[in-house]
Amino acid sequence: MSKPRIATCSLAGCFGCHMSVLDIDERLLELVDVVEFDKSPITDIKKFDGRCRIGLIEGGCANEENVAVLRAFRRHCDILVSLGDCATMGGIPALRNLVPIDECFREAYIDGPSTHNPAKIIPRDVELPLLLDKVRPAHEIVRIDYLLPGCPPSADAIWAAVTALLSDKPIDLPYQLIKYD
Amino acid sequence: MASEDINRVVGEIGLRHGRERWRLMDIVRDVQERLGAVGPEAVDAIAGWLGIARVEVEGVVGFYSFLSSGQRGRVVIRLCDDVIDRMAGYDAVRAAFEGALGVKVGETTPDGEFTLERTACIGMCDQAPAALVNDVVVTNLSSDKARVIVRMLRDQKDPSKLVHRFGDGNNSHPLVRSMVENNLRKAGPIVFSGQTRGEAIRKALAISPAEVIRAIKTSRLRGRGGAGFPTGMKWEFARAAAGDRKFVICNADEGEPGTFKDRVLLTELPDRVFAGLTIAAYAVGAAEGIVYLRAEYAYLRRFLEQVLEKRRADGLLGRSVCGKPGFDFDIRIQMGAGAYICGEETALINSCEGLRGEPRNRPPFPAQRGYLGCPTVVNNVETLACVTRILEAGPATFCERGTHQSSGTKLLSISGDCTLPGVYEVDMGITLREVLELCGGEDAAAVQVGGPSREMVGPAEFHRTIDYDDLATGGAVLVFGPDRNIVEIVSAFMEFFVHESCGFCTPCRVGTVLLKEKLDRVIAGRGEPKDLEDMLELAETIKQTSRCGLGQASPNPVLMTLRSFRPVYDALVKPDPHGYRRGFDLQASLREAERVAGRGSQQHQEGVP
Repeated sequence: MSKPRIATCSLAGCFGCHMSVLDIDERLLELVDVVEFDKSPITDIKKFDGRCRIGLIEGGCANEENVAVLRAFRRHCDILVSLGDCATMGGIPALRNLVPIDECFREAYIDGPSTHNPAKIIPRDVELPLLLDKVRPAHEIVRIDYLLPGCPPSADAIWAAVTALLSDKPIDLPYQLIKYD
Repeated sequence: MASEDINRVVGEIGLRHGRERWRLMDIVRDVQERLGAVGPEAVDAIAGWLGIARVEVEGVVGFYSFLSSGQRGRVVIRLCDDVIDRMAGYDAVRAAFEGALGVKVGETTPDGEFTLERTACIGMCDQAPAALVNDVVVTNLSSDKARVIVRMLRDQKDPSKLVHRFGDGNNSHPLVRSMVENNLRKAGPIVFSGQTRGEAIRKALAISPAEVIRAIKTSRLRGRGGAGFPTGMKWEFARAAAGDRKFVICNADEGEPGTFKDRVLLTELPDRVFAGLTIAAYAVGAAEGIVYLRAEYAYLRRFLEQVLEKRRADGLLGRSVCGKPGFDFDIRIQMGAGAYICGEETALINSCEGLRGEPRNRPPFPAQRGYLGCPTVVNNVETLACVTRILEAGPATFCERGTHQSSGTKLLSISGDCTLPGVYEVDMGITLREVLELCGGEDAAAVQVGGPSREMVGPAEFHRTIDYDDLATGGAVLVFGPDRNIVEIVSAFMEFFVHESCGFCTPCRVGTVLLKEKLDRVIAGRGEPKDLEDMLELAETIKQTSRCGLGQASPNPVLMTLRSFRPVYDALVKPDPHGYRRGFDLQASLREAERVAGRGSQQHQEGVP
């Protein structure tokens, strides 16, 4: 029987959650013994090769591309886990939800104190995905099966969650692993 | 207006009300009326006059919907926007006003003459659609009447000229002169009976305060605002509380949408209400009373002032009431400024003190520490009218009506899809079916008993009874016929709570908004079965964690109907085959970005393999 597959993605996140995935250290070797990585920044595989057991979602949805990727993950994965605070709540990127998009652009490309843009050009290339009106947590876009809080969730928490999901056991996260104060 | 003038106006108004901080509401209200706004300069002047921080003044101006920092028109037209008014044609009336004035709701005409606004229930559901034109109530509106009103206001400038025909009873009193109708359909043996002015007070003064409280306890009278706290017990607490200075307050902030029975009581039987307040004062040992009158009923104010004046002249108020040495008592009217939450007694007390109408933490209860920190009793208008009858005719007459737990009669304000909307005095314990037969609403598909904060009942439950054990109500009975859309009604109720939340605590301020968003998605056909579960969970959280009664009741429209009208909701939701959230509308969320970028989305939305 082939090994179960795992996919990961970073949407509107900072890759910190992925760093935390790497932080499982030598257990990474244990992991690759029992799973195969599909589409993921870790493998740099861009397209899904097959059905995945688990999809780990870092980041919320800030633009149309994020939505498309997240929806693809929903279609290809049995279980989706929102990894970290951006995926579960929108996180830091969602701070812009209080500001209209054109104001965001003006501040980022024209008015910002460290901006040098004498032509005052706001990039609008067709290659650039359009922003959503608001940054949204993943579960507002697709059904999410589990939420793993933390900024980022610790490597131990990720390890505990993933190994439990792979062995069909209930996820048991001791208080210490999800306590952040 | 030049700032010297603003200072002068504030100075004049200040002199009238004094420099005590708790008169802030009166000062701000008068400034608003004179200047059409309480702008930054007026705020400075008021803060200077009272010796308080300007943020305290701004806080009050920002809180109440009848006050504004921005300039309003000379004539403010407030359209009553509640469910019943919507059913009666609110939208057509609004469109007619907007057309005739050339502005939208929330705007002021460029000449500064008119401001058009919407407001929560103004207590005229039995003659909807209705509106306030400054203080003048106009009822039974239609689109043509709306246009006539605007024309007349342009010609004559005087809102009081809008009233051609007076309503029945005291609505035609020279100091009321209103087109409002009482629509008193059924006068019962308790509230609407007994005529002898002064009899109840004399009987009360002939016995000791403790005996008065015992009589009220014997009658088993409970609060008529809807919460049903035993009145005698409340008085006893206040009587026992330490302190020389005590207060009694009549809660005439009848704001629960669909409730208007206090309006009729205040119009027809103010003497009996004031008598009840005087008896309460005697029982608890208070020398000062306040009637907190909602801003929507300002048209009754001069009339009520005159009734009070007459009572003073007749010795029913003032020093040694009815010749009883040592019992001095007087009443002042405190006007509200448009905030539903002020019907909650601790919010009402804050409002009387010139603060934002935010509820207080309890304990201490008002009976221990209320107005100005003194023991205070707050009673509903109808409760006080009952008190008068109990002292007049004896507790036995009262409690032979109704049930054991809910003695006496109850005033109902019935409106909506029925042939005879209006006020009914019925025995407690009456079944909903009997109520519907009385008012001609037998074919109702749903009845909201107690207003948005209480319960929506379907035909299968029309055997249920109106009393404190089953359907407790402050009096509102909203009848909905078979053609009405239940979930739309629920959404309108939620809109009401979103607007009326005082904003102090998060579960209510944020929760009501989230709940309404979810509900509206479901109504729009973008809901999934899970959304209904989420709504239940969110509603429970709001209920359990909000700070005051308003917050705790705010999810009730959703909670109650999810329980009793579940099939209506179930028919609106379906799961998504791919596991996408149906509530997320990609096109809508890209609209702003497309406008900013000046191009449409280039992505194939489902194209990522």
